[in-house]
Formats: sequence, C-alpha cells, structure tokens
Amino acid sequence: MRLTQGTFSYLPDLTDAQIRAQVEYCLMNGWAVSIEYTDDPHPRNAYWEMHGMPMFDLRDAAGVMQVVAECRGAFPDHYIKVNAFDATRGRESLQLSFIVNRPRDEQGFALLRTEGRGRNVEYTLRAYATQRPEGERYAVRARE
Amino acid sequence: MSTQKAGAITDAKQRYRPGVLKYAQMGYWAPDYEPKDTDVLALFRITPQAGVDPVEAAAAVAGESSTATWTVVWTDRLTACDVYRAKAYRVDPVPGSPGQYFAYIAYDLDLFEPGSIANLTASIIGNVFGFKPLKALRLEDMRLPAAYVKTFDGPPTGIIAERERLDKFGRPLLGATVKPKLGLSGKSYGRVVYEALKGGLDFTKDDENINSQPFMHWRDRFLYCMEAVNRAQAATGEVKGTYLNVTAGTMEDMYERAELARELGSCIVMIDLVIGYTAIQSMSKWARRNDMVLHLHRAGHGTYTRQKNHGISFRVIAKWMRLAGVDHLHAGTVVGKLEGDPNSVQGFYNVLREPKNAVDLQRGLHFEQDWASLRRVMPVASGGIHAGQMHQLLHYLGEDVVLQFGGGTIGHPMGIAAGATANRVALEAMVLARNEGRDIWNEGPQILVDAAKHCAPLRSALDVWGDVSFDYTSTDTPDFVPTPTPA
Repeated sequence: MRLTQGTFSYLPDLTDAQIRAQVEYCLMNGWAVSIEYTDDPHPRNAYWEMHGMPMFDLRDAAGVMQVVAECRGAFPDHYIKVNAFDATRGRESLQLSFIVNRPRDEQGFALLRTEGRGRNVEYTLRAYATQRPEGERYAVRARE
Repeated sequence: MSTQKAGAITDAKQRYRPGVLKYAQMGYWAPDYEPKDTDVLALFRITPQAGVDPVEAAAAVAGESSTATWTVVWTDRLTACDVYRAKAYRVDPVPGSPGQYFAYIAYDLDLFEPGSIANLTASIIGNVFGFKPLKALRLEDMRLPAAYVKTFDGPPTGIIAERERLDKFGRPLLGATVKPKLGLSGKSYGRVVYEALKGGLDFTKDDENINSQPFMHWRDRFLYCMEAVNRAQAATGEVKGTYLNVTAGTMEDMYERAELARELGSCIVMIDLVIGYTAIQSMSKWARRNDMVLHLHRAGHGTYTRQKNHGISFRVIAKWMRLAGVDHLHAGTVVGKLEGDPNSVQGFYNVLREPKNAVDLQRGLHFEQDWASLRRVMPVASGGIHAGQMHQLLHYLGEDVVLQFGGGTIGHPMGIAAGATANRVALEAMVLARNEGRDIWNEGPQILVDAAKHCAPLRSALDVWGDVSFDYTSTDTPDFVPTPTPA
C-alpha cells in the first residue's frame, strides 16, 4: 500500500528540487520548517519523532535540504515528513506537511473488528509494522 | 435623506397622547444617533409602497423590529423606552436600484437574550417582513458587537482543530455526496462511501434529505458507512470521515442518532438548516461535548436568500451560523451549478473564515465585524464542480474549504475510486504548482494535463468534463461595483 498522509502523497514522490521549492514557499511565508520521522504510521499517531527542533531562525532552503538529507541518512526506512508551522495569531498550527521519505516496503494496516451487541462493531486499526519493536520495523523486514 | 419631515416629538405630553403617530415621530428615526460599540446593527434593503416616505418606512422597520406597535401606548412610560427603541439612523438610496433604500438600524444590546439565535431573529426578522407599507424587505447585513458574540460558544471544532484532528494541512479538503441521494440500500450506499474514501477523498456526505426512509433506515446507513470509513482508513492510513446526517423529526431522535454515530467512532455528524436555529444550537452543544465536527447543510436557504429585494442575505445566515456554532457550512462554489456571484460568495467565505471582517462593499460586507476569537467555520463548496475547474476553485475559494465533487466523483467512467483519485491528484498538483509560484489561473489547464500524464483517471475526468461550465447570470450580486482607479 501507499500511505497517503501528507499534502502531496497522491503525486509521484517529490524530487529534491520539488521539495526545495515547497520549502522556499514555506520560508517566504515566514513559517518555521521542521522534520519528523516515524516507523508508526497510524493515522492518529500525532507525535512523530522530532529530528531536531523546528528551524525557527533558518531562512535558507539549502539548510533545510541538508537536514532532510541527514534525516534520510539516519532513517532510510522510516517515514519522514517536512512540516511548516505558522505561529500567526489565530492559526498557530501547521500550514503544510508532506512526506519526503518512505520505507521501501510499506506494509499497511490491519483492521480489527470487535463485534458488539446488535450489529455494532468496534474498529481498531493496527499497522502491521508496529507488531515489532520501535526501530526494528521496516528496516528488519526489508533485510529479511 | 431628508430628516425634516418627520422628526421625533420631544414634548412628552404630545408624544403620548392616545392615537396614531408616524414611526419617525415616535422616535424610531434618529439621524443624529451615533451607534454604540455594543449596539447590534442591521442593514435592511427596503422597497416602500408607492407614496411611502423611505425615512418613515425605515423608522417603521426599526419600530416593528423592536418595541413599537401601530398606535401610541402609555405603558411605554413605565420603561426607559428611549433605550429600548431601535433607531433607524441612516437611509441611502441603493445604487442603480430606483425605489430601493438601504436603512441602517441600531439596536441596544439589552434587547437580546445572550446566546440565543432564536431570540435575535425573533426581533430582527420576526414581524417586519409582512409589513404592509413595504413592498419588499431584505436583511442585507448585520454587525454583531463583540460583547454579544462572546455570549455564543461558536463552532465546536473550528478550522484549526479540525485540520489537526484529521492531520490534513496545506490543501482544501475533498468530499463527495453519495448519489443517487435517495433509494440506495444501506449496503449499496456504504459501497459508494468506501470507494470514494479509498480513492482519495477525505469525506463523503449524506445528502440533505437522507434521513430514515423505507429503502434505508438510519441505523443501517450508519453501520455500513462506518464499516466503509474504517476500511478506507486501513487502505490509506489516513483519517477519513462521512457526514452522517442526524436530521430527524424531533431532538430526541437526533440525539439518539448522534449517539450511535459517536459510538461507532465517526468524527463528524451532519444536520440540515431546516431543523431550526434552536435545534442547531442544541446539536452544537452536543458536538462540543462529544469532540464531533458538526456539518451544516444549508437546505432551504434558497427560498429566502436568492432574490435581492426580499428575504435575508446568505451573509447574514453565515454570521448567525458562526454564532450558533457549526464547523462546516455550504457557502457556494462560484463556478458550479448553484447560484453564486464570485464577490458575494467570497464575502460569505470571509464571514466564515476571518478573525475580523473589514467593510468590503464590493463583497457585500457593509459593517466591520470583530469575531472576538470565535472559531472559524470551514466553508463547503458543493454542486456541479469537477476536477477540470481545480485552478479556478483554488483561486476563488482558497485553501480552507471542503470541495465536494459528487457527480464529479461517482459519475467517473472508470469508477468511483478512480473519480476520487482524479480529484485528489488534480488538487495536489494544483497546490504544488501554486506553491512553486506558478500562475495557476492561466496555467491551470496545462498543469492538469501534465498531472494527468501519471494519472489515467484524471485524464479520463478531463476528457469527460473538461468543457462543462455553468455560466448563468447571478441574481444575488453586490450593489457596489468597483470603479477603476488610475494606477
């Protein structure tokens, strides 16, 4: 499967030049860019690991691209996303968030159903990868 | 306008002599009145009957929407009646519309119960619309003072929290209304939901008139739809939702339906405007207690918003609904099949989305409006829109909007999931290009053609619908057109 979280997941994977153009757009708007990674892609996993702090004072897209490259080097088989945070009053939230790295083998999710009274069903979504401990999920499987 | 003819009678003995006076003489016309920051202000378009003085007509509207009756009553003197009288303070001819006048009326804040749209509207539109001396009357705009805004809870979720819950940023959200809107069984209905969400939409939607009918009872619909939502979440790893319409004949039924939606894990429920203002506020409170996004379909509004000379402008309904507290509100598409002048529609969007509205006559906004940190409502664009218009939609409507492609998803020649994918790819390609600094207004069609090279469903959508447009003249247009200024 292809995880389609993030702003541009239905397009072919962005090239570095395309990523850089988006970062430039974010910086032009005065948003703080940050990089996050995870091997737990559950849609309600709100807290991916922060690859360093949001780059509040960095105004140079080349610098951001260097951090993206570092993060990819350290976590080649994790999901990595670029976020842009807007601290403007009344927004104070993300303005853009898109995936820039994926595991080679995206395993997807199991849907578990617990049948209740009547025809009610309680649903649980579980990433196949998270059956293994953190850090041993996608890379391990890719090696197998 | 002339103020001499019928000024207020200031001598109390004269003023309260039993009998009939003109409304202006009774004190409902006050051309020197300076509205207070805490006053509720209303702008009416009045069309007086032949021979009726517009100032007297404006005073009558002020009178009948506040304290007056047709004759003098001595019991006024038991109250601070000067305060409670609404005051028409300005009357202007409507540009380009002979016989029509804009009447500005100020209401003291104490005329209204805090936090009640029912009470506000009972005054402002309660009695006056059938008033004989007027041929027609339209409520064009209102200024709701911050002191009054603060008595309302507003949207239970709002644009920011909704995006954070859905984990979707930087692009319009995508939806589709299940079609045919009537007649499908629960199982068939859920199929449409599953295909559309799996294919790339964020939301699907019940239509306004899908409640609990012989062909599909509400519980069946909810159960199948939530199976579809959860299956699509598993297929994509994204948060998905379907607006389960809980509209019913009684509040008890609506609460029962909403409770099941919550039990089944739905992130959103839906209501129709026709349930009434009080029911909307009740459902808003329920949604707030249950972390639920509340979608409002504006069913019925066209009966009173569309004609320019009589009724209520949708911008006023939008203001009331932001106070009443809904998270989504249908507000027009500009380019689709339903009524919507671009400037007027942008005015509605600004009312729903901005922290403050400045006076913007070109977009029909006649007053400054401070929303006092009330959350923002996500506008919904629905009705006859398709992927080939993506650049126009993004240009006119911006990013904080739900674009609903019903026919444009379900009618896709390669199937529903393909229709959804076509829309999602078109949207992402357009946002990407806009962020890269490209001129999407002019290059839009080429951007879509390029995106279709890696997406057969988009190619197919452009082939089928690329040329479809709905170019009809709007009836509800702003009265003020921009005059070109030398650069």
